Amino acid sequence: MPVINYIYIAIALFSIGVVGVLTRRNAIIIFMCIELMLNAVNLMLVAFSKMHQNAAILAGDLAGNAGSDGQLFVFFIMVVAAAEVSVGLAIIVMMYRNIHSVDINFLNRLKH
Amino acid sequence: MNIIQLLFWFLSVLAVFSALMMVTSKNPVYSVLWLIGTFFAISGHYILLNAQFLAIVNIIVYAGAIMVLFLFVIMLMNLNRETEPRKNRWLKMAGAVAGGCLLLVLVAALKETAGKEQFAMVNEGNIGLIRNLGKELFTTYVVPFEISSVLFLSAMVGAVVIGKKD
Repeated sequence: MPVINYIYIAIALFSIGVVGVLTRRNAIIIFMCIELMLNAVNLMLVAFSKMHQNAAILAGDLAGNAGSDGQLFVFFIMVVAAAEVSVGLAIIVMMYRNIHSVDINFLNRLKH
Repeated sequence: MNIIQLLFWFLSVLAVFSALMMVTSKNPVYSVLWLIGTFFAISGHYILLNAQFLAIVNIIVYAGAIMVLFLFVIMLMNLNRETEPRKNRWLKMAGAVAGGCLLLVLVAALKETAGKEQFAMVNEGNIGLIRNLGKELFTTYVVPFEISSVLFLSAMVGAVVIGKKD
C-alpha cells in the first residue's frame, strides 16, 4: 500500500478534528476532537514505521527491527493522552460545578 | 483490487465518515459512539499494517477506557440531550472554511514531495509484534517508560486534587 494513502487519510482525520474544535462549543466535544487529532497522528506514525521497515528490508537488512521507534512513539502518545484525559475531564467537571454549563463561551472572564 | 486494498478503503471510509458524524451530531452521546467507531476503524488499520500490539492497546485504552470516561462524564452532567444553544452561523462557517483551508494546504504541500512512491509494508513484517516492541521498550526506551509512570502518578494526584469538592 503506498504510504501517501495513509498520509491523506491522516490529514483528513486531522482536519475534521480541527473543524470540530473551531465550530463546536461543548467543551467535551472539543476535547474529543483533540483525541481524534492525536489518533490521526498515531496512524501516520505507524504507517511511517512500516515504510521504514519496508525500506530496510529492501536495503538488505532482514533481521533488524528498523521502524519500531515509530510504534513506540505511538505507545507513548497513548500514555500521555490517557493522563491528559483524566486531568482534562476533572477540569471540565470542576467547570460544570462552578458555572453549571460546559459551554466554552461562558469562559470569557479573562476578557473583562 | 485484492482483499487488502478492499479492506483498506473500507476502513478509511468508515474512519472518515464516523469522524464527520462525530463532529456534526448534536447529541454528545452520539458523538462519543461515533468516535468509538473511528477508533475501531483505526485499530483495523493497525491490524492491516501488522501492528498488533498497538491495535489491541488502541482498543483497550482509547475505545475502552478513555471513551467510557467521556461517557460517564456526559451522563453525570446530564448532557445527553441537545443542550447546545443556537450559535452564530457565520462563525460556524468560518470554522469549517478554516479547516478546509488547512486540508487544502496540507494536500497541496504533499503534491511535490519526494518519497511518494514509498510503500508501507502491509500484512507482513514483525516489528509490530509484542515480542519485538517489548524488547525495544525495556532496553532502549526504559527511561521514558519509567518517567511515564511518574506522569501517571502526577495525573492521578492532579485529577483527585482538581475534582475534590472544597
